[in-house]
Amino acid sequence: MGANWGGESVTTQHVFPSTLESVDQAEQTVLDAARQAGFPEDDLHGIAMAVRECVINAVTHGNRYDSEKTVRVSVTRTAEDLTVRIADQGEGFDPEALPDPLAEENLLRSSGRGVFLVRAFMDEYTVRRIEPSGTEVTIVKRRDMQA
Amino acid sequence: MSVKLTTRQVGDVSVVDVAGRITLGEGSSALRDAVRDLLAKDHKKILLNLGDVTYIDSSGIGELVSAFTTVTNGGGQLKLLGLTKRVQDLLQITKLYTVFDVHESEAHAVRSFS
Repeated sequence: MGANWGGESVTTQHVFPSTLESVDQAEQTVLDAARQAGFPEDDLHGIAMAVRECVINAVTHGNRYDSEKTVRVSVTRTAEDLTVRIADQGEGFDPEALPDPLAEENLLRSSGRGVFLVRAFMDEYTVRRIEPSGTEVTIVKRRDMQA
Repeated sequence: MSVKLTTRQVGDVSVVDVAGRITLGEGSSALRDAVRDLLAKDHKKILLNLGDVTYIDSSGIGELVSAFTTVTNGGGQLKLLGLTKRVQDLLQITKLYTVFDVHESEAHAVRSFS
């Protein structure tokens, strides 16, 4: 783990093995950063769940539990927002191609709600391919400036 | 603690008190096993008390749905009791709140089984 200070931005980087234990660890790491950044309790719950879902996807669908592959998580907090990047070394996916979990025919499916929940709890969700192989998901939670 | 499940009988209704986290891994599989065990004993009226559930992720939601369809397809009934605001919110944004029969009072929930 390392910390980069630049202006009012603080970034920490973390590398996790492709295991289910990493899901809890990554969630707790980001939760700690968000708490230090002063996000309210309801936001913390949403951020934690969003990170959890993204890391689950990275470990299970991206890296497929491959012990040779890692999940890299970076957390950047500024005065305006919290940005979390989760990168795996898998083959990638198209979030637009995922089935709509709210569609009548999908409502009783036992899976397929992870990305939907991430989008519900975060202000931004983007996915990009990284070279030579992998996917990086970026999620952003903005501070409520009215609070 | 991940999750703790305690099953008790109230009349012919099996009440499963769930406490802790229903998440991918131990939490979800424990819930699945508990429901399977009840069905194996021909207990088909199942009330999941989620009042002490602190956290549920998409895998946990999927497990609730899976339990519901398994019990329903087996000719039984599965209902929910005591949702926290967070679990209620999750079921509402995933449009599952109306799928489940949700109760706030255990006595009322037990009486509602046919």
